[in-house]
Amino acid sequence: MSANHLPIGQTNLDVFSKTLMELAEQDRDILVVTSDSRGSGRLTSFGEKFPDQIVEIGIAEQNLVGVSAGLASAGKKVFAVSPACFLTARGLEQIKNDIAYSDHPVKVVGISAGVSYGSLGTTHHSLHDFAVLQAINNIDIIAPADNFETVQAIRASVNHPRPIYIRFGKKAMPNLHSPETRFEIGKAIQLTPQSDHYDVALIANGETVAPAYLAAQTLMESGLTCCVLSMHSIRPFDEDAARHAAMNSKVVITVEEHSVNGGLGSRVASFLMQSRIFRPLKIVGIPDEHTVNGSQGEIFKHYGISQQGLVQTALHLLEKETAS
Amino acid sequence: MDLDETSTPVDQQTIKMLESKSILQRKTLLKVIYTAKAGHTGGSLSCVDILNVLYNHVMNISPENFSNVNRDHYIHSKGHSVEALYAVLADKGFFPYEALDSVEKYGSDFIGHPTRSVPGIEQNTGALGHGLSLAVGMALAAKKDGRNDRIFTIMGDGELTEGSIWEASASAAHYHLDNLVAIIDRNTLQISERTENVMAMEPLVKKFTAFGYAVREVNGNSIPDLINLFAGLPFEKGKPSLVIAHTTKGKGVSFIEDKVQWHHHVPTDAEYATALLELDAAEKALGD
Repeated sequence: MSANHLPIGQTNLDVFSKTLMELAEQDRDILVVTSDSRGSGRLTSFGEKFPDQIVEIGIAEQNLVGVSAGLASAGKKVFAVSPACFLTARGLEQIKNDIAYSDHPVKVVGISAGVSYGSLGTTHHSLHDFAVLQAINNIDIIAPADNFETVQAIRASVNHPRPIYIRFGKKAMPNLHSPETRFEIGKAIQLTPQSDHYDVALIANGETVAPAYLAAQTLMESGLTCCVLSMHSIRPFDEDAARHAAMNSKVVITVEEHSVNGGLGSRVASFLMQSRIFRPLKIVGIPDEHTVNGSQGEIFKHYGISQQGLVQTALHLLEKETAS
Repeated sequence: MDLDETSTPVDQQTIKMLESKSILQRKTLLKVIYTAKAGHTGGSLSCVDILNVLYNHVMNISPENFSNVNRDHYIHSKGHSVEALYAVLADKGFFPYEALDSVEKYGSDFIGHPTRSVPGIEQNTGALGHGLSLAVGMALAAKKDGRNDRIFTIMGDGELTEGSIWEASASAAHYHLDNLVAIIDRNTLQISERTENVMAMEPLVKKFTAFGYAVREVNGNSIPDLINLFAGLPFEKGKPSLVIAHTTKGKGVSFIEDKVQWHHHVPTDAEYATALLELDAAEKALGD
């Protein structure tokens, strides 16, 4: 993706670990539980500084999640940190039963999510996590877009009363927000000026918000109007924001680093149809096929999760809409 | 009962009281299954004596202190045998006996597996191989907070093929959780047939010892033997304790004992009546 027009920040992963250090200093009940993921989770410094607040479980995701639930049931504020691909597949039954069903408010943190691992391949990709967790009740699902949203999501999660899943990648992200932006779990953030008439609504989350935002810039330069939403929370889902964006737009595009089945796009489409808001809609994500090999950026580009790709998708949708 | 010279003999009155409770709890759990027309008869009867001794002699736990974190804790990892737990909790006063009339009924909190919606139940279980990881987390939290809580869990022997049991075992030993007590209800039967025929897991003593537990074996249907065994907790300082409780599936009712088909068979009217007669006779024998 091209991010020429946006200032590049740090990786969300680095921001996550720094935020956790700040929080752990003030709250000794905060515990990090890892599956040999101290290095990949940028948690080595955390472990050195707070040896009593890190629990190493080894490469055993089922036990990682079960132990985290047990710790949370005894009042600990637990961040269970592991690569999203393993955590939400190998540990899924424990997430379902021991966290969600049991009302134990563990913070399940999926690192290097989506296709962050690039050419390490499908074993290391998590394109299923939104889908499986959306089908499990009582766990909130968050995919922060940039450093700001990551910091805010981690801070908000510490005393969050419900189980929560937060996933992000490990690529340096452009900064999309000013520091005074208001962040709330379950409330989308609009990145473009408010209006009651847009040509295109782009609803994205996680690391796809940046290309969606850049695509909107290009479209707006050519005279079109756009609404870009960072829908960082899939659950709770911000129905008001989705309604506003779609009702006031000619076409709707959703973008996510996830399978096109069962993720953000499915959630938006389901909501719009059941709310009788009928708009031409395109769900952009990873299609139902063996994922092409490449870096995260190459995979994004291949599937149109890019500034250029999303501009084309928007123009194509608008063209068909005008022709019909 | 065999006592070595160093152990303190438990008074006969306590033993008799607990043995009487076991009979009552067997009657309760059979009534629950008979009324609900569903349940896990064999496995509930095999583990009920262990639960009885834990709740009425070993653990510091009661309806009065249940909301405190600073007490002993129990996780029913073999969640399908929930009827035994219901019987013990009702006897302990966590809820009135009448609540058990609603077991498995529409809208009831009393489902076919343990849930925290039921007073006295600490963790939701039902899928096998989860309880031990939860116990490890709870035991770790107690250690971190400097509390003396002990965490007990009973697992089925068929459950031992779950890989997560062995992941959790490694971590229990790694963190020296001598406040953790894992108990195997070794009744040698699972839903299909003998556990060793389904998947050979012996030698269990050697395996659990190698994983870092202090392992003890006991007759899990003998009240005095269980009392004596648990008096020695923790078995070794710095190691989690593991008990292989040799039990009889269906214990206490002759025609249910050691029969694979009684895994979740529900007694007919005649079977229920006969079972109650047997338990009445056992109670009478106890009084003599």
